[in-house]
Amino acid sequence: MSSYSLTHLKQLEAEAIFVMREVASQFEKPVLLFSGGKDSITMVRLAQKAFWPAKIPFPLMHIDTGHNFPETIEFRDRLVEELGVELIVGSVQDSINRGSAVEEKGPNPSRNKLQTVTLLESLEQHQFDAAFGGARRDEEKARAKERFFSHRDEFGQWDPKNQRPELWNLFNGKKNMGEHFRVFPLSNWTEMDVWQYIALEGVEIPQIYFSHQRDVVNRNGVLLGHSEFITVMDGETVEKNKTVRFRTIGDMTNTGAVESGATTLEEIVQEVAAARQTERGNRADDKRSEAAMEDRKKEGYF
Amino acid sequence: MTDQANSIDSQAYLDMDLLRFTTAGSVDDGKSTLIGRLLYDSKAIFEDTMEQVESASKRMGDAQVNLALVTDGLRAEREQGITIDVAYRYFATPNRKFIIADTPGHIQYTRNMVTGASTANLAIILVDARHGVVEQTCRHAFIASLLQIKHLVLCVNKMDLVDYKEEAFTKIKEDFEDFSSKLEINDIRYIPISALNGDNVVEKSEHMDWYDGATLLYTLENVHISSDLNHVDSRLPVQRVIRPQSNEYHDFRGYAGRIEGGIFKPGDEVIAFPSGFTSKVKSIETIDGKLEEAFAPMSVVMTLEDEIDISRGDMIAKPNNQPEQGQDIELMVCWLNEKPLRPGGKYAIKHTQRDGRCIVKEVRYKVDINTLHKIEDDKNIGLNDIARIKIRTTVPLFYDSYKKNRGTGSIILIDEFTNETVGAGMII
Repeated sequence: MSSYSLTHLKQLEAEAIFVMREVASQFEKPVLLFSGGKDSITMVRLAQKAFWPAKIPFPLMHIDTGHNFPETIEFRDRLVEELGVELIVGSVQDSINRGSAVEEKGPNPSRNKLQTVTLLESLEQHQFDAAFGGARRDEEKARAKERFFSHRDEFGQWDPKNQRPELWNLFNGKKNMGEHFRVFPLSNWTEMDVWQYIALEGVEIPQIYFSHQRDVVNRNGVLLGHSEFITVMDGETVEKNKTVRFRTIGDMTNTGAVESGATTLEEIVQEVAAARQTERGNRADDKRSEAAMEDRKKEGYF
Repeated sequence: MTDQANSIDSQAYLDMDLLRFTTAGSVDDGKSTLIGRLLYDSKAIFEDTMEQVESASKRMGDAQVNLALVTDGLRAEREQGITIDVAYRYFATPNRKFIIADTPGHIQYTRNMVTGASTANLAIILVDARHGVVEQTCRHAFIASLLQIKHLVLCVNKMDLVDYKEEAFTKIKEDFEDFSSKLEINDIRYIPISALNGDNVVEKSEHMDWYDGATLLYTLENVHISSDLNHVDSRLPVQRVIRPQSNEYHDFRGYAGRIEGGIFKPGDEVIAFPSGFTSKVKSIETIDGKLEEAFAPMSVVMTLEDEIDISRGDMIAKPNNQPEQGQDIELMVCWLNEKPLRPGGKYAIKHTQRDGRCIVKEVRYKVDINTLHKIEDDKNIGLNDIARIKIRTTVPLFYDSYKKNRGTGSIILIDEFTNETVGAGMII
């Protein structure tokens, strides 16, 4: 390549940094939604770069379903300490206790949908007017139409048919009182780009992304890590000591593992290159219907 | 895979570049099928997505797997079989990553095409081999040219339906060549394809021996784009002033922004606008260390030798190569909103990181986007219209013509009541 061109990763990095700086300048009170997964960790890395040598000028917020991988929480707390930024935790259990969210019925209720309630309550409580999300357009078909700056009305709703056109790199963050924006700096990244970037930058990620031994329950083809949050149902067995890793990290009740021996970032990059399933293919939350994500997004989901 | 192959593979991505392209075509030109084909043949479609497409194809009674369904997004789009909004798709080959802005072709969606084209390096325009160059082909090509896309690929699709005959292709090529002399695109290529059967998309066709050019994918992989950016006129619009106020960086004062043109190096003389003060570049900082030079489209932090007054929205350039400045600006505008442009109306504007307001002083003419003729007696500018207008801004802008620099030559108009982006402007 000629000396005046950037690699695709450097271009994506420059774009994401630009978007983050725009948000910090255009909004009064932004927040970065942090799940402990690789995409939000990548966002934190980019935020560090965007404002260095100053500190990241906004807090992180974790919407906590209470069904976490313990490794994620340890990682989160250590990262926040190192960065010296504020961490806000919005608890789904608190929303349930308040009566604003109702636990699903049946065995192993998923709190995935309830997160939307807690997210919107937390944004309102702290009066955040912009929230960074790590969602990427390659993840899911409803996300493919998402803007970098995604406008939400006073109910936190997304109106996919009435989005603002987004041209060049001129981002319009103007809004009325009570409205807010979701901003997606990783819009143009693919799963592969994120892994390549993590490998290139040597970004630290939770150990459960790497191959390890774990007891799993096979539920409709999704390998759920066996934990206190999982009730083994009739016809299911616990498979002991499977060699697995996670491609995404979400709630323990719906994030499936993949069988893998990948123990290094380079091996993960190789594995992703050869993968024949999307990463969300292991997410039970997306399997509910063809438009599951579109419906959740309209209500105000991540 | 051998260890050696492993190590080569794992390093390859450190050298990949990025091509952004937009696709346009009339309804039923096979655009979704073409994108489905590119993604499928470059193995960017995962098995679970493919299973969904297969079951959806069956449900809709299609005889074979309908690759067009790969690109279906929203529920209403699936139900109506149309594309409503710009959708972005991604795939990669060993040397290049691709971002497709997939834009709907209906006449009412000019605004989506303009949006998709605004960041594209290349445009693919599809023509049905049976119908040839139609009004929409010209409109799409005009928009690509107006938005200063440097490379255009005219794909003559559905060659299978004209028995792969060379005459059909040649006729369309000649027709388009006539029209394209009015455009400002120098690099135009023509490829006969069948998206449905995969001819000349990824694999060379076995049915068209008379065509000795490249396949579409080969063209996309090899088109030279690194000289498309402006590396001559140095421009750094200031996005944010970085002042850590920590003990370690007590006096640090850096100007963060994305370089929109040219090259900056430590020691270079610079001038800041609107103050007009000059200084020298002290350093170009990143968390990974200082840089010896910076160029578009890098996001950097620049420090200067002197403390001069610079804040968000200001522009850093070089004394011997300055941007134009002024408050009376002529532009081509594409109208993006159902509420028509109000002559004499006031709008908020964004230009680089500069915010301001403007008043529309004059509508000079509207463009007939099919013939490129100027319409001087119709000054009603509504949704999807393209017009030349004159505005006066509340603050001076530091700009270049859009032809010279997309980054410093573009502007958006915003409705002050709804906050919607209503106009996309290109400074003349």
